[in-house]
Amino acid sequence: MAFDYDQYIRAGKLPHIWCPGCTYGIVFKSILRVVDTLKLNRDDIAMVSGIGCASRLPGYVDFNTLHTAHGRALPFATGLKMAKPDKHVLVVSGDGDATAIGGNHFIHACRRNIDITVLVFNNFIYGMTGGQYSPTTPSGHLATTMPYGNIDTSFNIPELAKGAGASFVARGTAYHAAGLDKLIIEAMQHKGLSVVEIINACPTTHGRRNKFKSPTDMLLWMKDTYIPAVAFDKLPPEKTAGKFPMGVLFKKEGLPEYCENYYGLVERLKKQREGRA
Amino acid sequence: MGKIKLLQGNEACAEGALYAGCTFFGGYPITPSTEVAEYLARRLPQIGGVFLQMEDEIAAMAAVIGGSLAGCKALTATSGPGFSLKQENMGFAMLTEIPCVIVNVMRGGPSTGVPTGPGQSDIMQCKWGTHGDHPVICLTPAYVQEIFSETVRAFNLSEKYRTPVIIAFDEIVGHMRERIEIPDAGVLEIVNRVKPTCPPSEYLPYDDSKGDVPPMANFFEGYRYHVTGLNHGTDGFPVNASPRIHTDELRLLRKVEANRAEIIKFEEYMLDDAEVAIFAYGVSGRSAKTAVEMARAEGIKAGLFRPLTIWPFPDEQVAELAGRVKGIVVPELSLGQIIFEVERCAKGRCKLEGIYRVDGDPINPAQILAKVKEVK
Repeated sequence: MAFDYDQYIRAGKLPHIWCPGCTYGIVFKSILRVVDTLKLNRDDIAMVSGIGCASRLPGYVDFNTLHTAHGRALPFATGLKMAKPDKHVLVVSGDGDATAIGGNHFIHACRRNIDITVLVFNNFIYGMTGGQYSPTTPSGHLATTMPYGNIDTSFNIPELAKGAGASFVARGTAYHAAGLDKLIIEAMQHKGLSVVEIINACPTTHGRRNKFKSPTDMLLWMKDTYIPAVAFDKLPPEKTAGKFPMGVLFKKEGLPEYCENYYGLVERLKKQREGRA
Repeated sequence: MGKIKLLQGNEACAEGALYAGCTFFGGYPITPSTEVAEYLARRLPQIGGVFLQMEDEIAAMAAVIGGSLAGCKALTATSGPGFSLKQENMGFAMLTEIPCVIVNVMRGGPSTGVPTGPGQSDIMQCKWGTHGDHPVICLTPAYVQEIFSETVRAFNLSEKYRTPVIIAFDEIVGHMRERIEIPDAGVLEIVNRVKPTCPPSEYLPYDDSKGDVPPMANFFEGYRYHVTGLNHGTDGFPVNASPRIHTDELRLLRKVEANRAEIIKFEEYMLDDAEVAIFAYGVSGRSAKTAVEMARAEGIKAGLFRPLTIWPFPDEQVAELAGRVKGIVVPELSLGQIIFEVERCAKGRCKLEGIYRVDGDPINPAQILAKVKEVK
């Protein structure tokens, strides 16, 4: 039987704002399948976003949804999670949202290892504003604000997350959709801050300026460029040039999680008081 | 009889928040407001509340809004540069109508300015700091006891009108220690946000058909709805180029404007027969009170109008005052900000003189008295 996406989509809120050829719809559907697989109660999920194309996703899903300011999804989400630590808090963000204007929030959420799942939709560009270079735009690529080619160096989001202290880091792509379900499931089941970088395509503002003749070309580029981490690690260096690993890239169980630490402190103080009484 | 304590203004603010039912604080260290955070870092974990020191002021404001949306009464405290950084998310809370309280312990500025000295030069920023038209409630206590009670009132107004409320006092009052009485629970009224009673399927988070302040559902309580910083319809979803934007923004202002009588609070001191009035708030209001007493001792009929609500501005009261005194003296720790509001309301019906000071010291009563004599 075909999967019933409608049960999780807010009636009347589609069509979405995404352009033809955009891969966000693929990720959108993956998230809904994951919520269904994990049998999460919709009342117990908050989806939080900042600003950008990916950040419009919460408007379409039937959860508690919060569309905040540019880059700020994580601190809003931190507030929600700390107030209700037993609920599921899911952040959807973009490359610019998460790692430029929201970069400080991103690294500190990772450092706290708070039990939030962050899905970073990396389409290598500021799409909503029309194609300006972002912290992940590859060097040399054209963008409206890099008309002579990008002279800037790009972030490696999983490495950034790992370095900052996230206890689960993965990378998936819109092309490898079935694998994406598994990564998001594992991320959401993980206790601690989990980051999934999801490679996406923006044909409208990135692809067509950078020699991708069609959206399909961009998907095929993902297919060729992203290699399962297990296979990637076995390749000789000359074969990994221009390629990136995908899958679960880092995972460490049992690291201190922020809500547990905090509420552990609350319990300890309570016991101390009771002991004195 | 409540508890008698010797507290600093910043500590009294924290106690006031706890009295009001605050269970969430998000902050970032900054002089001269840090003691609010330090006090709550000790107290909130003791009562099962949340204390968060965030990575920056922006994040602190965001976390506070998130905490409130999850059902907590939430507070942040900051000063000068931190207040500037919070403006974006304060606008978010105003538009999305999420209650929260923001304390600004004012210091000198602009920029890093005088972190350890008092200032009153953020007062227009309190009103206009974030972009766009927006409602603002801003309270200006001048005594430690008042900081306590006005903090309680700030939470009440915030919950009642679903809007952020700013408490602006200055470094002197924030760091001054005074004897205060913390009333027993139940003595001061505590207001909680009105929640929806309709079934979740019928809930419209911004339905204004039954009043200007729609009931607010907390997240995770069965009412799944959308909150966005975009202009939105009654269902909370974005609208573009719609007449609804205009009417809804008017409603946001009306929440405050139509309730001025309840929100505006002030002290009148020896104003009945006054020929010269002093308009002053915060630490300048304290100096002004002494100046009034000095003037009276010399037979000069001076009086004080001391607003405890600076926004919305007490237009009617100042207009009435201007119609019956020879002049109004406005001392403020800025180079002239709130005096223009007084001028706007006085409409030229009396003389108006400002006393401005930004060197890190307060305006003293003798300075004010001298100006009162000039105006007389």
